Amino acid sequence: MHKFLIRSFVSSLVLLFTLTVAAVAKDVKAAFVYIGPTGDHGWTYQHDVGRKAVEAAGFKTTYVEGVPESADAERVLRQLANSGHDIIFTTSFGYMNPTNKVAKEFPNVKFEHATGYKREHANVSTYAARFYEGRTILGTIAGTMTKSNVIGYVASFPIPEVIRGINSFTLAAQKVNPNIKTKIVWAFTWYDPGKEAEAAKALIDQGADVIAQHTDSTAIVQMAEKAGVYAFGQASDMDKFAPKAVLTSVENNWGPYYVDRVKAVANGTWNQKDTWHGIGDGMVVISDLDSQMPADLRSKVKKLQADLASGKVHSFTGPIYDQKGNLMVAEGKTADDGMLAGMMTYVKGVEGDIPK
Amino acid sequence: MIVDINFVGLIIASIMASAVPLILASCGELITERSGVLNLGVEGMMIIGAISGFALMTVTGSLIIAIFGAMLAGVLISTIFAFLTQTLITNHVATGLALTIFGIGISAMIGKNFVGIPGKEFPVLFEGLKDTIPLLGPILFGHSIVFYFAFALPFITSYFLKKTKIGLIVRAVGDSPESASNQGINVRLVRYACILYGGAMSGLAGAYLSMIYTPQWIENMTGGRGWIALALVVFSTWNPIKILIGAMIFGGLTIIQFHMQAIGVRIPVQFLTALPYIVTIIVLVVISRDSRKIRLSTPSSLGKSFHKDN
Repeated sequence: MHKFLIRSFVSSLVLLFTLTVAAVAKDVKAAFVYIGPTGDHGWTYQHDVGRKAVEAAGFKTTYVEGVPESADAERVLRQLANSGHDIIFTTSFGYMNPTNKVAKEFPNVKFEHATGYKREHANVSTYAARFYEGRTILGTIAGTMTKSNVIGYVASFPIPEVIRGINSFTLAAQKVNPNIKTKIVWAFTWYDPGKEAEAAKALIDQGADVIAQHTDSTAIVQMAEKAGVYAFGQASDMDKFAPKAVLTSVENNWGPYYVDRVKAVANGTWNQKDTWHGIGDGMVVISDLDSQMPADLRSKVKKLQADLASGKVHSFTGPIYDQKGNLMVAEGKTADDGMLAGMMTYVKGVEGDIPK
Repeated sequence: MIVDINFVGLIIASIMASAVPLILASCGELITERSGVLNLGVEGMMIIGAISGFALMTVTGSLIIAIFGAMLAGVLISTIFAFLTQTLITNHVATGLALTIFGIGISAMIGKNFVGIPGKEFPVLFEGLKDTIPLLGPILFGHSIVFYFAFALPFITSYFLKKTKIGLIVRAVGDSPESASNQGINVRLVRYACILYGGAMSGLAGAYLSMIYTPQWIENMTGGRGWIALALVVFSTWNPIKILIGAMIFGGLTIIQFHMQAIGVRIPVQFLTALPYIVTIIVLVVISRDSRKIRLSTPSSLGKSFHKDN
């Protein structure tokens, strides 16, 4: 009996101590679910840079990489929600349904889904970046810098995000140079350096002297460097991979948003919302402009960047026609977000058909 | 489309450059398989070669150390496979698959610190002669040493297997290890050597990707080329010259379909993307349909373990 009393006293002390420590250390814990490896130097890599910013702001973070967009995602999400994470970022479109499903089971955990549109429960927010604004800048530069008037574009998959980018790029390029032709090659991969390099080489051999890409690896800018043509970096600043070829890069900058949202959870001010940030909010960043660009082009680009940021200029300002000549956006109007989100037709001037 | 003779030369040169890793890995695997060992770990050995080459190049700054280091890394990882299958007599298929999974995992782990670092320029030979001959100039000149080695390799391999005594021993071990053993040949030693050689060639193929073709490291950068190399060995019916043809067709169609897209040929892109796989298989099946020759060149004990005391 005596022993029992001591034992229970000690164990309750231990329990009390543990509870106290747990209560004191009740920091906000954030988790990130990635589609690819953090070593892709592209999409997932940039999300992980954002996660590191959260860590630097003093929060604990966890990440799971290479999570397939299937029932596995649900399992991972449930596991993360169960293990004391307060906010979970799911960073690929295909996590949309798993995120909403698991969110229903864990009303006290906040979920943030990237690039999706479903917010079925009060604890689900969505966020995405207006990368097409960056492509307006690239198109302006490409249309000015090309001498052959042939611009190559390596695309990944025919989804609205990519079509929107091609359209935004082409509209901007046509505006500064009505004679340009955008040749599009679909690589059907987000990253496969060998294939991307081959696609870029094919475009260069066919006379393209500026190459744009909507795939993730640095193989394309390196190929451009070798061939002596211009290119643009994707997702991160790729200048060091091809100092002569890269004129600028469009960077994905998730850090500020992530820090903001995790802080909101800590302060108890987190609320559901749908965020679609562009250059103005700093989610889309234009890297340094290369000095090979003439000074007047550089200042023009700077001004365009400022106007896109302030909303004075919109990437999709009418009149815009589709390939068949049908009016898509009337003169003086701009495309609304609904149209942008579901954009699956090429604008006039883009060659070829969208793969079905 | 401008049909410029130099343009054709440029396309052929790109096709050849894309065929290099396939030729290297296939010719290595061919020797391994000819000795009766089926190593499905080509993809894993290739990616290990890719990260080792890139890491050594970044750390030491020496391209020579990097190239040989990548080959050595391929040898080392294939030693694991050799030890398991030859000494511990494990199943070839399961061990090979494990090797691939292991290779992809460990390369990602080593590679963490090498993401986002640009590669170095790899020297090319005879750059100045490129413009001297129309059409042939860009095809023959201005490539890396590994490129020239890859195109010599199928012929060397063919000669080795047909004309040399060691080549005969390798084939004997692959066809009938029992008879070879009775002749006093150390079957296990020969198979060890062939596995390690296959590892070295896969390592070199990986280094070509990460150091010469697309000089950078990213995870999974081999993108399934190891599996294509394996398929080439089978569909070429263990004939190195047909491997060369198969690799050229595969690389060729991958590149030509991009050109067709850029020209604006109205064929569904998905079909074009699948084309290299379909056509390569069809062509190799058609050129190798002589069943007598297939029987002659197929290593009869492929994938079967050999116990000396049976």
